Amino acid sequence: MRVDAAGLGRGARRGVRGVLDAVAAIGLALTNIPLLAVAVVALVLTPVPYLGLALVPWTMTLVRKRTDLERRRASQTGVLITRPYHPLPERGVADGWERFRWTVTDPATWRDLAWLAPGAAVGLILGAVGVLVPLYGLLGLTLTPSWIWLGTGWYGYGAVWSIDTFLAGLLSVPQGVLILAAGLWLAPWLRRVDALFARLLLAPTRAAELRLRVTQLTATRAGTVDAQAAELRRIERDLHDGARARLASLSMTIGLADNLIDRDPAEAHKLLAEARASSRTALAELRDLVRGIHPPVLAERGLAGAVRALALSLPIPITVDVDLPGRPDLPLESAAYFAVAEALTNIIRHSRAHHGSVFSRYAAGLLTMVVTDDGRGGADPAAGTGLRGIERRLAAFDGTIMLSSPPGGPTVITMELPCAL
Amino acid sequence: MRVVIAEDHALLRDGLTRLLVAFDFDVVAVVDNGPALLPTLLEHRPDVAVLDVRLPPTFTDEGLQAAIAARTRLPGLPVLMLSQHVEPLYARELLSTPHGGIGYLLKDRVADVSDFVDAVHRVAGGGTAMDPEVISRLLARREPLAVLTAREREVLGEMAQGRSNAAIATQLGVTEKAVSKHINNMLTKLDLPPSDDDNRRVLAVLAYLNA
Repeated sequence: MRVDAAGLGRGARRGVRGVLDAVAAIGLALTNIPLLAVAVVALVLTPVPYLGLALVPWTMTLVRKRTDLERRRASQTGVLITRPYHPLPERGVADGWERFRWTVTDPATWRDLAWLAPGAAVGLILGAVGVLVPLYGLLGLTLTPSWIWLGTGWYGYGAVWSIDTFLAGLLSVPQGVLILAAGLWLAPWLRRVDALFARLLLAPTRAAELRLRVTQLTATRAGTVDAQAAELRRIERDLHDGARARLASLSMTIGLADNLIDRDPAEAHKLLAEARASSRTALAELRDLVRGIHPPVLAERGLAGAVRALALSLPIPITVDVDLPGRPDLPLESAAYFAVAEALTNIIRHSRAHHGSVFSRYAAGLLTMVVTDDGRGGADPAAGTGLRGIERRLAAFDGTIMLSSPPGGPTVITMELPCAL
Repeated sequence: MRVVIAEDHALLRDGLTRLLVAFDFDVVAVVDNGPALLPTLLEHRPDVAVLDVRLPPTFTDEGLQAAIAARTRLPGLPVLMLSQHVEPLYARELLSTPHGGIGYLLKDRVADVSDFVDAVHRVAGGGTAMDPEVISRLLARREPLAVLTAREREVLGEMAQGRSNAAIATQLGVTEKAVSKHINNMLTKLDLPPSDDDNRRVLAVLAYLNA
């Protein structure tokens, strides 16, 4: 077997982290007991006027902080646990009865409490194993020198019990190495088992999961409806103030020219020329409007062609590599296009880049689009509306956006849309 | 001069036909859908074809695809594409087919009757008629054009559309000699070899802008 030194180093570091985690797990498990005691006291004191109603929510806030910490620790081991709590209503909940009711009607509250004791037990046991095994290994490594001092006959190590000779004492070294290695290997694995146990009670139940999903869908639907209403208002305004007004004035001009054509042909010609110019402007406005709603080239060529055409019209060179096995549904294709367009617009406006690129592929039900530039980086979703707009567009289709933009660049925007092609 | 027209909108189809007939063109065939277009072009081999980019049944770019296919089969077949919108991408695809008259104009331009008829003649004669909007969108993105003076940029835009020196001179209100001087300076600055052939000159410029 080839020994991979780098891999061994990584494994050892992981193991050491696992052992430190086990120490932390023991400490945290110990906090569960007073938390549980306080919670029980709070519940018992519920009938006491004023005090009870305030105490339960306050205790549960503490408990939730503790379980949230456990969820975060679990996610570090690769076990994802979603927060299961009832979301705060939009208008908020007042203190007192309302907050009390909001807390105790949430099944997650009781599941949290139910986890505290067994969670502490599992955490303590697994933590102890995680710490003690490698410690015992270390003991083996230091035992031979110690044995010389301690004398013989009353002590042993591992399989050698008791240690009577110097040679038997030396055997503790290879045993110690093996036990230490096993302990380091075991520690991260134990953390994972602990996390899996936490998931049993700290994850949302099926019903809670559905409720969370409904909340999320309600939010994205509201966002989509708002955006669509705003878009319709803009289109209505543009048509009303632009093309329609222009066409009205156009027909007046033509009517006037018709009247003048015998009396003053020169003036009539002038008016007709004006009318023609006006009709051209109206057409240009309609064209811009259509481009904003659904670019013709997108309808004609799909995402790949539309992005290529867009890239041609930008002032910096953009490499386009879009290769999709088919065309997504129209609304989704449109959202994908506008998301890329928005990202490219951001590059032109803010990045000071000399070059950009768009890469898109489809695999396993996921349309991935990556937009990068070689600009100065430091893009912040909180600062501009552009990235937020992309987020809202994609959210309507359960899509996500990830942004990596360290100061100095490069900026990488990764957008994913689940869909079937 | 024999013309084939492809346009699915009845109003625009009749308008185009009426206009071209009024200017002594011989409209030999009128097509209103994509699938019939290529056979018609191959059968009639018109002196110029005036085609809508978007045609039934798919209402995508069937007209453009038929034009490209026809020009591959009949190299040099003069084609003037009309569209509700213009895309530099489509202009590039048209220009990549074997040489010969090529036009790509917004439908709006038909309203300028004499300009439009002039463009049809130019394309039929093997020349080029590119929509100013395509050109301005290409000009807008080229940083190297900064070496040109404002006047030279103007002349470049006109030239890329396919206009002759005389037409550019009239358009800009300068002498033809001044125009040819501007063009020579410009072609030198942009490292494009000058040529006597108007169409080759335009293709060189468009190739440069498209790069």
